[in-house]
Amino acid sequence: MAAAKASAVKRTAPQGDGAAEDDVVVEATTARASSSSAQSPAPARIDVRKTYKLFIGGAFPRSESGRTYEVTTATGSFAANAAQGSRKDAREAVVAARAAQPGWAGATAYNRGQVLYRVAELLEGRREQFVAEVSAGEGLSTDAAHAVVSDAVDRWVWYAGWTDKVAQVAGSANPVAGPYFNISAPEPTGVVALLAPQQSSLLGLVSVLAPALVTGNAVVLVSSERRPLPAITLAEVLATSDVPKGVVNVLTGRTAEIAPHLAGHMDVNAIDLTGAVGADGVTWGELEAIAADNVKRVLRPELDEAEEDWTRSPGLRRVLAFTETKTVWHPKGV
Amino acid sequence: MTTTAPSHDADALVPAGRGSAQIADLARTVTGAATLDDASLRRYLHGLPGVDKVGADGRAAQLGTRSIKTTAKAWGLDLAIRMIDLTTLEGADTPGKVRALAAKARQPVPGDPTCPPVAAVCVYNDMVGVAKEAVAGTGIKVAAVSTAFPSGRASSAVRLLDTADAVAAGADEIDMVIDRGAFLSGRYAKVYEDIVATREACHAGGRDAHLKVILETGELVTYDNVRRASWLAMLAGADFIKTSTGKVAPAATLPVTVVMLEAVRDFRRDTGVQVGVKPAGGIKTAKDALKYLVAVNEVAGEDWLDPDWFRFGASSLLNDVLLQREKMRTGWYSGPDYVTVD
Repeated sequence: MAAAKASAVKRTAPQGDGAAEDDVVVEATTARASSSSAQSPAPARIDVRKTYKLFIGGAFPRSESGRTYEVTTATGSFAANAAQGSRKDAREAVVAARAAQPGWAGATAYNRGQVLYRVAELLEGRREQFVAEVSAGEGLSTDAAHAVVSDAVDRWVWYAGWTDKVAQVAGSANPVAGPYFNISAPEPTGVVALLAPQQSSLLGLVSVLAPALVTGNAVVLVSSERRPLPAITLAEVLATSDVPKGVVNVLTGRTAEIAPHLAGHMDVNAIDLTGAVGADGVTWGELEAIAADNVKRVLRPELDEAEEDWTRSPGLRRVLAFTETKTVWHPKGV
Repeated sequence: MTTTAPSHDADALVPAGRGSAQIADLARTVTGAATLDDASLRRYLHGLPGVDKVGADGRAAQLGTRSIKTTAKAWGLDLAIRMIDLTTLEGADTPGKVRALAAKARQPVPGDPTCPPVAAVCVYNDMVGVAKEAVAGTGIKVAAVSTAFPSGRASSAVRLLDTADAVAAGADEIDMVIDRGAFLSGRYAKVYEDIVATREACHAGGRDAHLKVILETGELVTYDNVRRASWLAMLAGADFIKTSTGKVAPAATLPVTVVMLEAVRDFRRDTGVQVGVKPAGGIKTAKDALKYLVAVNEVAGEDWLDPDWFRFGASSLLNDVLLQREKMRTGWYSGPDYVTVD
C-alpha cells in the first residue's frame, strides 16, 4: 500500500504548478527531506519491494535451499519472486506441525471456533491486497475478484462455525447389547499435508485449508505453484491472528518437487491431493501410491482433469476426511 | 588456536603407564613443581595460554558448516550411534525402565541387525546392578554417575563411598563431578586430590573402572576455566573429560567441546597420554552429532574418532539419529511414531 501511495504522489508531482504544492509532495513522500528542497524536485523514492517467504512454525524463513522462482500475473508480466521451497523446508514444516498439533487439538472446540472466526475478521481487513493479488494472478476483473474474496471470507466463517458442531453431526451414541454407554466421536487425524488447488488461488485455498483446521489438525500447505501470492498473504494473516504457531505452515514452490516427500513422510498422517490436478510433473495417482507405504489417509481430487467448482456449497466432506472415529465404552453402573 | 603448554624434555616424561605413582610423577613433571599444592597448580594452570572466546566461537561455527552427505553421512551416523552413552538419570527411574533402555542399547532398531549397538548405558548408582545384568555378554559398558551427582556437594568420604558402591556393583565406567566451588575459589589441590582419590576407588580390589571427570562447564563461566579444569583433570589421571551433568544449562556446546578437544590434543602431544572427551546434555539432533564429529576430526584428529576416545552423553539423540538412518535407507522421512519412546 505504501508503495502504491508513493507512486501516486510521484505521478502528481510534475502536474503541480506552485511551490506550495511541491512542499506538500515533499512532506508526503520523505519526511527527512529538508525544506531547502522546496525549489528542487523531490528525490525519487526508492521502492520498498516485498520479499516473499515461507511460513514455518510461526516464522517467515527463506527457503533453506536459498532458491526463488518467478511468479507472473495472468497476462505474463512479472509479479514477484517467491521462495522455492525444498524437501528440507517440508521436513521442518512437518516438525513444526507435529509440535503444534496436540495444543490445537486440545483447545476447546468453542475456542478453535473463536480463533478461526478472528482469522475471517483479519481476512476482511486485508481485502484490498487479496483483491489485487487475485485479480492479477487469476486475470479477473476487480469486481469479480471482490466477489471471490467475499466468498473466501464467507467460506472461512462457515467452517469456523462448525468447530463445536461437527461432533454432534458426525458423532453418535450407539445402541449396544450390554450395560454400557457407547459413544463415537470424531477426533483430528493429526498432521495433514494439503496440496492447494492450482487454479483457484484464494477461494480454493481457503476451501481446502479451513476444513482441515476445524477438528484440530495441524497443516502443512503447499500453495498453488503459479499463483502463490494469496497463500503468502493468508500466512501473514494467520501470523497476526490467534492461530498458534506451527498449526498452519505454508510452502511455496514446485508442487512436483515437494509433494512426493510429504506423501512419503512417515510422520504425516493424511494428505489432500487436490492440488495435484493441473500440477506440472506429478499426478495424484503417483502420490497416492507413495502415500500407501505408510497407510496415510488420502483425499483424492474430486475430478481427474479439472478443479471442482469452488463456489458450490461445500458440505462436511473435507472436514470429515481428516478425522478418526473414537469410540468409548462406559459402564452404566447399576 | 594451538595452545602451547610449557615445553618439556620428552625423554623425561613417563610413558602412558597409568599407575597412581606414575600419574603423580607425570603431573609433577608437567607442572615442574616438587609438590602439587594450590600455589603450584595455580601457577601452572594460570600459565596456560588464554582462550580467545571470539576465536573459539568462530572456529566452532565454522566447523558446524561442513556438509556431510551420502556415504560419509551414513558412516558418521553409525559411528555416532556407537559413541552414545545412552543415559537415563531421572528420579523416576525404575528397574523396568533401565532394562528397556538396555534393550534399546543392545539393538537400537528392532529387526535391523545392521544397526550397531551403543557404547554404554549411563545410570544412577543404584541401577548399576540391573543395567549390568541387562547388558551382560554384549560388550556394552555400564557407566554410573557417582560422587553425589549432579551437585557433588557431599563430604569426600561420602563421595568416595558412593564411587566404591558403584564399582562394587560392577560399573565399568564412573562419571564423577568435580567440586566446582573449590575450583572457582582457586582450591585446585582439593579438586586434584578428589580426582586422584576417586580414581583409586575405581581401581580398588583389582577392578579397572574408567574414570570420566565431569567439569560442568555451564558453571565454569569462562573458556579459560574450561581449559584449566581440563588440564587439571587430565593431570589428576582422568581417562575421559566430560562437559556436563546435563542438569545445568547451558550443557554441552560446540565451542566448549572444541576447547576441551584442544586440551586433550595438547596433553597427548606433551605427555603421550591420550584422554577421551565426552560432551553431554543438549545434543539432540543427528545434525548436531555430525558437527561434533567434524570438530573431533579437525581439532583432535582421527585417533579420537572411536568410541574408546569420544562419547556422546545423550538420551534423545539416539532416536533422531535412527530417524536419519531410516531416511537414508528408505529415502522417505521417518517419524517419532517409528522409534521407541525411551
